[in-house]
Amino acid sequence: MAATMLLGPYVSEYYYLATYTILQFIVLGTAWNILGGYGGYVNFGTAGFFAIGCYTTIVLNKIFPMPLFFEMLAAAVTAGLVGLGTGYLTLRLRGVFFSIATLALAIVLQTLVVNWSFVGGARGVYVIRPPISGVLMAFFVFFVPNGISYVQFLVMLMVALAMFAVLAAWAVEKSWIGIGLAAIRDDEAAAETSGVPSLRLKLIATTMSGALMGMAGAPFPYYVTYVDPATAFGLAIAVNSIAMPLVGGTATWWGPVVGAILLGSAQQILTVTISSAANLFIVGVLLVVFLTAAPRGVVGIVRGWKRGRK
Amino acid sequence: MTANILEATGITKRFDGFAALTSVDFALLKGERVGLIGPNGSGKSTFVNCITGILAPDEGLITFDANDITKTPAWLRARRGLARTYQIPRPFRGMTIQENIEVPLRFAVGHKSARVISEAAQVILDQVGLGEKADLSPKGLTQVELRKLELGRALAARPKVLIADEVMAGLSESEVDEILTLLNRLNAEGISILLIEHIMRAVMLFSQRIVVIVAGCKIADGLPDDVMQQEEVERAYLGE
Repeated sequence: MAATMLLGPYVSEYYYLATYTILQFIVLGTAWNILGGYGGYVNFGTAGFFAIGCYTTIVLNKIFPMPLFFEMLAAAVTAGLVGLGTGYLTLRLRGVFFSIATLALAIVLQTLVVNWSFVGGARGVYVIRPPISGVLMAFFVFFVPNGISYVQFLVMLMVALAMFAVLAAWAVEKSWIGIGLAAIRDDEAAAETSGVPSLRLKLIATTMSGALMGMAGAPFPYYVTYVDPATAFGLAIAVNSIAMPLVGGTATWWGPVVGAILLGSAQQILTVTISSAANLFIVGVLLVVFLTAAPRGVVGIVRGWKRGRK
Repeated sequence: MTANILEATGITKRFDGFAALTSVDFALLKGERVGLIGPNGSGKSTFVNCITGILAPDEGLITFDANDITKTPAWLRARRGLARTYQIPRPFRGMTIQENIEVPLRFAVGHKSARVISEAAQVILDQVGLGEKADLSPKGLTQVELRKLELGRALAARPKVLIADEVMAGLSESEVDEILTLLNRLNAEGISILLIEHIMRAVMLFSQRIVVIVAGCKIADGLPDDVMQQEEVERAYLGE
């Protein structure tokens, strides 16, 4: 963070935008992994939760402007509640049926937003960046004499959010929740007969996962300053959030981080050097390569390598 | 007060109009050893699923330890001391064998300390003869070993009632005796056991009482020798 601040004035704004995108996907991939990786419930609707975060910010910004931090909290609550709702879906829907339901959820939400003119409907909406609060700015000026730009501020915010998300995932993984979710992933009925309160654990996972996805979406309107449903509910968001944990490895907290950095950087480099259309193409290719050659992702490769040396 | 630890009254379960169980009554005394037999497809496993909460019966009442558990979720039944094995082994494939045993120790028994859990798991693995394989994946186990793992995982829940669904299928005669010795020892420690088994020698040796289910109905319930002499049982088992 200190390095970001020091380099601040000397580095092109593009690098901040790229870093922001990668950090955003660290949060989304980590959030997806809490439910999908640990619990084995594949969520195809990440974009829906992300968009809930975006539109929470947009709505609050229109009604009652407030510091971004509070908008992120509101986004976490809204998306967390929707996550809780999808948790109850798991009562009846397992496996691929659950996944289809999450996809349907995203489509339903998108239809609602498209028809909601208050937030711009299908046309989309322009968002004016609020000023960075005086206290925060004073803090930054202490490090960087000229202060920082709004994008730099957003990047630092995302660094903090990514650390928070990874910490949350780590805590889940190492606790009884993670062990219970692993049992559910392997065999839900056997987990129940071993005393694992599967519904409660799944509700914790869907709520946490949804809330983190919503938080990832909350700063997005200020990052792009123009949001339309096609962007907020974009296919790239849903696909990346699944592909990154799968490429990195779903079993551990650092798998999605590695995956997001790897895939995110590759996408950024290709967008600049070849074309922006190559974006999802590279995701597809890497996903196929990993799923066939290394189904446990980078985590699996590293573990196999360690075991081999022993 | 009743001496029944487990009691099921009028259990009926239908699948799309097909009656898998029709008004089955069943009781298990504290400390009792009961054998449940019946031809394939007669509803034994459906009955176990209803008792343990994996399936919800359409009609009937289940009490466990003097509490109505008819609507209690499966995990809570396990916590209260109702453990089972699955006829087709269902290990947690992503975990090691020891971790498999640790799940009920943590969730059903409620141990918190990793050291206590690990030690308790070791004891159980030795009990079922898997002590040497603690760190392996269940993927490498034979069918027989998988059944032992099922039994171990059920034991790890520290049950008051153990429902053993075909834990001896495929085992050699000496291995059957080994499991029987283990079950008898657990019974001596106070665990009531319901044994579902096709190996008649084991059922006759083990059971104080035998219950027979045929086509979803209970047709016999009594002392092993008496039950086996009933004409209906003979007909169901051996044909005309």
